Amino acid sequence: MLLIRRDRDSDWPFVNRSPFEELNRMRSEMDRLTEGISRGAFRGMGAGVFPLINLTENNEKYFLRAELPGIKSDEIEISVTGDSISISGERKIPTEDENAKYHRRERESGKFNRILNLPGQINTAKVEAKNVDGILTITLPKAEEAKLKKITIK
Amino acid sequence: MTKAESKALQAKEKAEVSSAAEQTRPGVVFTPDVDIFETEKEMTLLADMPGVKAEDLTIDLRENVLTLDGEVKAPEGSDEIELFREYRTGKYYRQFNLSEVIDQAKIEANLTDGVLRLQLPKIEAAKPRKITVKAS
Repeated sequence: MLLIRRDRDSDWPFVNRSPFEELNRMRSEMDRLTEGISRGAFRGMGAGVFPLINLTENNEKYFLRAELPGIKSDEIEISVTGDSISISGERKIPTEDENAKYHRRERESGKFNRILNLPGQINTAKVEAKNVDGILTITLPKAEEAKLKKITIK
Repeated sequence: MTKAESKALQAKEKAEVSSAAEQTRPGVVFTPDVDIFETEKEMTLLADMPGVKAEDLTIDLRENVLTLDGEVKAPEGSDEIELFREYRTGKYYRQFNLSEVIDQAKIEANLTDGVLRLQLPKIEAAKPRKITVKAS
């Protein structure tokens, strides 16, 4: 399948893009083709990359949420550009008593790194993040030009 | 075990409870992931329950059945429109049969960053007691 984008010429050539960004772009492109089905609906694992993300918006902001139980705020690294966000870190599960016998071991540890392209430009200076009860919430204020403007008919 | 380089975390969906009993309240119910280990003195249970606040978590132990029940309120504000959803939120529920007799009075529970740590001290073995039969 050949995908040609004409709406934003900044996408070509992809000189400054990381492979991840490129993959994300292709995925969002696919999503756009099936937008009627996927938009707003539960789409399972999504990109299949940890952490799973829920994204919402209101007129002013985007809200990104992810479940990161047992991860301290200083173990999460967040960086933003004009229209993308990167969340990375490591979940550590400390070793318990060496003599302990395990009955269940379902919780997993490891590193994670996810890049997500946002639907619009954001004001990177005013991004806020909080980590409460194992849920990371990142508030991303929209850039002025990305806000929905209401036009009143005179 | 040698400390190997940390592997990458894999994304996985939360497991939904497939309980025989019918749910009487609406909403999805998930099984929290747990670690359970035992030492000579106690059993420890760690459960991932992101979004649960201490006041919304019920821990119940009766007749050696331990029940964890955590309510989660939807975190989204009323003015938010969903763009995409990769994980669902709902309550957590799981039951365990404990083989050891637990000292109910000494159970300690701690909920930090969405992880429950439950310490269940084993009851001290009943000391042998000699019973003398009185002759009447």
